[in-house]
Order: sequence, then C-alpha cells, then structure tokens
Amino acid sequence: MDVFIAIVQILDSTIRLSVPLLLACLAGLFSERSGIFDIGLEGKMLVGAFAGAAAASVFHSAFIGLGMAILISVAFAMVHGFASITHRGNQIVSGVAINFIAAGSTIILGQAWFSQGGRTPALQPGERFDAIVWPGAEAVRDVPIIGPIYAELISGHSLLVYLAFLMVPFTWWVLFRTRFGLRLRAVGENPAAVDTAGISVAWLRYRALICTGILTGVAGAYLSMVQNGGFVKDMTAGKGYIALAALIFAKWKPVNAMFACLLFGFLDAAAIRLQGSPLPIIGKVPVQFMQALPYILTVILLAGFIGKAIPPRAGGVPYVKER
Amino acid sequence: MAQAAIELIGINKSFGAVRANRDINLEIARGTIHGIVGENGAGKSTLMSILYGFYQADSGEIRVGGQPASIKTPNDAIALGIGMVHQHFMLVDNFTVLENIILGAESDALLKRSITKARSELERLEREYGLEVDPDAIIEELPVGLQQRVEILKALYRGAEILILDEPTGVLTPAEADHLFRILKQLKEQGKTVVLITHKLREIMAITDTVSVMRQGTMVATRETKKTTVEELAELMVGRRVLLRVEKGEAEAGAVKLAVKNLTVKDSRGVTMVDDISFDLRAGEIVGIAGVAGNGQSELLEAISGIRHAVSGSVMLDGKPIDLTGKADPGELRDRGLAHVPEDRHHVGLVLAFEENENSILGYHDDPRYLKGPFLNVDAIMADAKDKIEKYDIRPSNPRLKTANFSGGNQQKIVLAREMEQDPGVLIVGQPTRGVDVGAIEFIHKRLIAMRDQGKAVLVVSVELDEIRSLSDRILVMFAGRIVGERGPEATEGELGLLMAGVEQEAAA
Ligand SMILES: Nc1ncnc2c1ncn2[C@@H]1O[C@H](COP(=O)(O)OP(=O)(O)O)[C@@H](O)[C@H]1O
Ligand SMILES: [Mg+2]
Repeated sequence: MDVFIAIVQILDSTIRLSVPLLLACLAGLFSERSGIFDIGLEGKMLVGAFAGAAAASVFHSAFIGLGMAILISVAFAMVHGFASITHRGNQIVSGVAINFIAAGSTIILGQAWFSQGGRTPALQPGERFDAIVWPGAEAVRDVPIIGPIYAELISGHSLLVYLAFLMVPFTWWVLFRTRFGLRLRAVGENPAAVDTAGISVAWLRYRALICTGILTGVAGAYLSMVQNGGFVKDMTAGKGYIALAALIFAKWKPVNAMFACLLFGFLDAAAIRLQGSPLPIIGKVPVQFMQALPYILTVILLAGFIGKAIPPRAGGVPYVKER
Repeated sequence: MAQAAIELIGINKSFGAVRANRDINLEIARGTIHGIVGENGAGKSTLMSILYGFYQADSGEIRVGGQPASIKTPNDAIALGIGMVHQHFMLVDNFTVLENIILGAESDALLKRSITKARSELERLEREYGLEVDPDAIIEELPVGLQQRVEILKALYRGAEILILDEPTGVLTPAEADHLFRILKQLKEQGKTVVLITHKLREIMAITDTVSVMRQGTMVATRETKKTTVEELAELMVGRRVLLRVEKGEAEAGAVKLAVKNLTVKDSRGVTMVDDISFDLRAGEIVGIAGVAGNGQSELLEAISGIRHAVSGSVMLDGKPIDLTGKADPGELRDRGLAHVPEDRHHVGLVLAFEENENSILGYHDDPRYLKGPFLNVDAIMADAKDKIEKYDIRPSNPRLKTANFSGGNQQKIVLAREMEQDPGVLIVGQPTRGVDVGAIEFIHKRLIAMRDQGKAVLVVSVELDEIRSLSDRILVMFAGRIVGERGPEATEGELGLLMAGVEQEAAA
C-alpha cells in the first residue's frame, strides 16, 4: 500500500508539474502551426508570471492577476509578431530577444516596485488560485485504490490545472474542426496558398500569436499564483524550452502534446522524489541527470523511435511576396 | 468583337530595379480563349498576378466587364469572378482535395458543414466538366496533372467566370495537356473567358482565339490566332528571327561509345520500369529517346548515369562496364568522359542557394584547374564562369548572383555549360529544353548538334516530339519500359505518336 500511495503522490505531482509545460506547449503549437517559430515561450511565461503575481497582490484579486498575466504576455507575443510577421525579421532572433527582455525587465521592475530583491509580495488567500476540492473527496479518501485516486489525482487542483487539461481537446477541436483551424494549419504549410485563396496571411498569423500569448500568460500565472505564492526571478527555469522539445516530440499535435508534457512532468516529479535516495542496482542518480532527461529523451526518441517529426513546412520562413 | 471581359490600361510594375511590366494595355473579349506568350521573364506571370490581386500595380487601371475595378487582394478578384491557376501550384500539400478547395471559401465557421456542402458542389462540378478527382485524396499523393485539376476546381468552386492559367502544360504529359485543352474549350462554350499563358507556340495555335505577345515587360502585339503564324509569334517574342528547326548535316557515326545490353530496372515498389532494353550509342550521332513521360525514360537515364540500381543487364562505356548497383561514383564516371544533364535540374543538377559560379563547377570542383592547393582558386573559377556565361549567353551575366534568381531557361544553360564544357565523350541529356524559352531552345539545340559534329556521342531523352525529331539522327521510342521501335529523323509525328501510345508495334516495323 505504501508503494501505491507513493505512486499516487508522484502522479499527483506529475500533473502539477506538467501543467505549465502543457500550456506553454499548446501555446507553441498555435504559433508554430501558423508558421512562426517561437523560442520566446519562456520569456512570455516569465512576464506573465510576473504581471500576474504583481497585479494580484496589488489589486487583491486572483482574476485580475490572471487577466494581467494574459494581457502582458499577449503584448509580448505581438512584439514577436511585429518583428517577424510585419517586418519579416528572423524569428529565432526575435524570440531570444524577448527572453532576454523578459528576464531583465521582471527583475528590474520587481525591485523598483516591491523592493524585495526581484520578488513580488507573497500572495494571500484570494490573491491566488486555490485548490478546488471536489464533492465527497474527503469522504472517499480512505476507500482503497479509488479513494486516493479521486482525492489526490482528480480532486484538489486549482482551476488553472483543469483549464490546462481542457485546453487539449479544445485546441484539437479548434485546429481540426473549425475554419480558423484549417486556415491556421494551411498558413503554416503554404502561406502563398492562403494568400491566393483571399485570406490575409499576416492577420491570420497575428491571431495565432494572440492564442499563443493567452496560453503562455495562463502558464505564467500558474507558476506564480498556483505553484508558488508569488513571483521569483527566473522562475520559469527553462520550462519554455522543455515545452518546445515536447512540441517536437508530439509532432505538433495537441493530444500527443499532452502525453509528452505528462511524460516530462513525470520525469520531473520522479527526479524530485528520488533526490538523494539511492535506487537499487544503479545507485544514486545525480539530479542533473534527471533534469537533463527530457532533452536526452527527446533526442533519442526523435532519432529512432517515433519516426520523423516533420515541422510545418513554412515554419520559420518569413512570408515574402516580392523579393 | 464581343464585349470585353477584362481591360488592362497602362499597367506598370517594378520589383526593385526590375521593370516587370511597362505600360501594358490589354483587352480580352468575353467568352474567348486568349493566349499570352513571351519568353521566360517577359512579365506574363506578373501581369496576371496583378489582375488577380496578388501583386499591386504601381500604376494603371483595371476594368472588369466594362466597370473600373479596384483589385487590392485576391479576395477582390475572386469577388469579381476572376480565378487563377498559378504556375507554381498554390495548394497545401498535406491537406485533402476538399480541404484545399474550401480554404478561404468556407461556408461556415465549422468545417464539417463547409465540407458537406463543398462535397456535393464538387460532385456537380466534376460531372459538368469531366474533372474527376477523389475529394478525399491527399494532395501530395496525387500526380501533378490531378493537382492542377484541383486548382481548376478551386477556381470554379469560387464561381470564376474568368479563368487565368499560368503555364499549365509545363508539368503535363501530352495526353494530359490534350485533356486540359478539351476542358478549356468546354469552359469557353459555357461562356467563360480563359486566359492561357504559355511559351509553347503550338498550343497557342491549337486552342486560342486571340494571342498577345510580351517581350521584356512590354506588350508587343495582339493578333487573331487565325491570322498569325508560329514563325511570326516566335519572331515577336524574341525580337529577331528564330529557326524553329535547327539545320544540321548528315551524321557521321563512328565507334560505339556506349553499349546498353538487356538493361532492366525496377522502381522502389518493385515495378519494372525499364524492361530488357538494348541499344548502342556511337560517336558523332544523336540518339533521341521519345515517349510519353513515365514510360521508363527517367529510370533508364538514371541507371545509365550510375545513380539508379539496375537489376540486370550491362552498360559499357568505351568498352568498360559501368557500375549498375546504383552506388557508382559520379566523379569516376565524369573522369571516364560521361557527362549527365539530369531531367530535374532543380533537385539534382543545381544547388539553387549557391552562386552561379559555384554551380558552374559543381562536381568538377576537384579539378586541378579550379584548385590552389587545398583551396578553391576563386580567380580561376570566376574567369571560367564568366567565360561560360559569355559562350552560353547566360543572363543576367553576373557569376556572383544566386542561382535561384536566374530564370528556368538560364538555369538550364548553367547546367548545360558546365557539362558540355568539360568536353565529355558521351553526353546524356534529360529534357534539354524543359521550361526553356524559344530563343534559348534554338541555342541549346545548336550546341548539342555542334557537340555531335565534334564526334561526341549524345543521348537525348525528351517528351517533346518536335525536339526529338529536330535533333535526333536515330529515334528510339519507349513504351511501358521497352523500346517499341526505331525510326530515322524523317519519321512523321503521327507514326511516332502511334508508337508512343503503344499501338501498332509490329505493323509499322
Ligand atoms: N516576386 C518577385 N520579386 C522580384 N522580382 C520578380 C518577382 N516576380 C517576378 N520578378 C521578376 O519580374 C520579371 C518578370 O517575371 P515574370 O512575370 O515571372 O515573367 P514570366 O512569367 O513572363 O516568365 C523577371 O525579371 C522576374 O525575375
Ligand atoms: Mg511565369
């Protein structure tokens, strides 16, 4: 039974740890499917986390915090759009620039406004998204097997966790069942086809980036307002990049993306759990190895196991009509 | 004359320093098929893209059906009933036919309803015009002929009354082209207006009512097709007289340079593409291989040039065998005097992102002439490139220009110059003038005949019968992987056509 509880606990933290990855991964999916590479997921999450925590603690409202996180993150997405869609700049350079600006500006503004060494004030109840306890969760907790699963895994997460997982079928539906999704996929494959079909390539791509901004905003808000009771500098800690790895791994498909993020979240959860405790046979596994595992896994699996991951064909290439 | 469907008045368009269209005036009558001819780079595609709203003219006026029209985006053009089939297809390769057809013309925010509606509409169009295509097929799995059909359906689905086709036959086999022309005639009978861009003059003569000629961005003439001739059009296009059939003397065939014996080649699916073929190629002669595309010519060429595995048979170059495992070293074959101008020059013959001078030595870059110790001898390469540019009249004459910025015809000249100037004993050329304009065709044909007269052995594969007949000293016809007949240059088109279609194999022999 101990082992079972341990497993449930690891899975529970898997869910918590995979949420920011999942939101960022779906964010990247919207932009990359439209043909805009976005290495700036990391930066947008970071500004989202900062804006969310800052606004929540100033206005004493979690929802104002969330709204602010989304707003600022979308604004950064629009900067990326302005550079790479309107001005046809290099998408990687623009994304990296956004990451730098995000890292620097959150620290400077945090220090200037709150004077707590780049942190925002610790969030009080009501300023953060608390766990939602499902009806009967406490009652069934002691029922074997089902009890812990319901009480730990299903119940007891914050609103944003449920939102993140609902985004998976929703993204799939938007992408494959709506007109917007058809056009979005088309513009990532062949923008000239979209253009000659009478649709504005630029406007379509801007809309895709707005979706990206919203999702990275929510991801950021989750980090600072759910996982942590406030903003800490550089708190994204490379999650934006792991999300990109997950996106490739998932071959740019929403449901795959969920499994990829859960896998990476699981590795993270296992790493934390196993920290310091020796495993049978292998002995003590260095934390760094566990942290590097998502990347190693991506490379190995891409190299042989999941077949070729073909990115959207027009990805990364600015749409230029007249040379 | 019937009422004008389209009037273009004083259209100007520049791309940077290039004036693609200057002061163009053009009137196209409703219910006719209007041809536009001109060499590559004359500005035909640009002009039609302006009419379609893809580009914006710098100045000028467009009238549709007599009314001044403001066409700022393709959407405006579509709303005015203008449809266009672009030279490079505007399809999303991994979408289905239906998805491509509704893209931008969805009837509903939800796909399902749009698709259901489009499916029945598509069935109607297919029936009406004989444009059958599987609506659920994925575009990249369709042959180009069918992809083009999807483009036409796309335009018709949007209710096009005026249909522009930009070089539609460049990618088609003769049979597919014939089918296309029947469809165009049918569209015309239904009162639609068709604008056909091409540089194949025979097509213009065969199908158009009127024809306009463009040259270097200007509109030089408009003629009624009945009242003009191929010769006149060619002269208008190029601005000088061109020989449509190059003069050549008798061949003086010498020793056997290349001997193909019982060659059999299968493709990746295991289908026999070349079936037990034998022939000799002698010094001082041009042998032409005719046939409808897809009858094994490509595979034959690839096997002979050592890049495709042959299951059985042998190929002897100057009496010594060529490695037919598909792993032959092309460098070694070059050293042995075999030069190859591949059919697909974009993928196999050139690196488009390289500068012209780099492509002009590609594959010969190990030659001591181009080296200075371990480094490339840039001065020598440049001098060599300039020399070829002058000799082959490659335009623009700038060896530092990126190869992608040359027109198709000039790219072909870059490859030809590279291979021919190495003075090979045997030259194998696939589709020597595909996508090449009239002026350059004449030039390329003359060079090939000059090679022959210097005693080289030349093997030409082409789907253009005219080309085969005008160049070859001996014509081999391929059908379903076999050589079904050998004829002299005096063979008539009809006779070769029958052989190419696989009819009457023995009777004619
Ligand atoms: N998108 C573009 N950007 C820059 N130059 C172009 C573009 N399209 C065409 N051109 C140039 O304009 C001229 C006319 O080209 P085009 O209209 O494609 O000729 P055609 O269709 O008659 O072969 C050429 O010199 C070509 O290089
Ligand atoms: Mg053109």
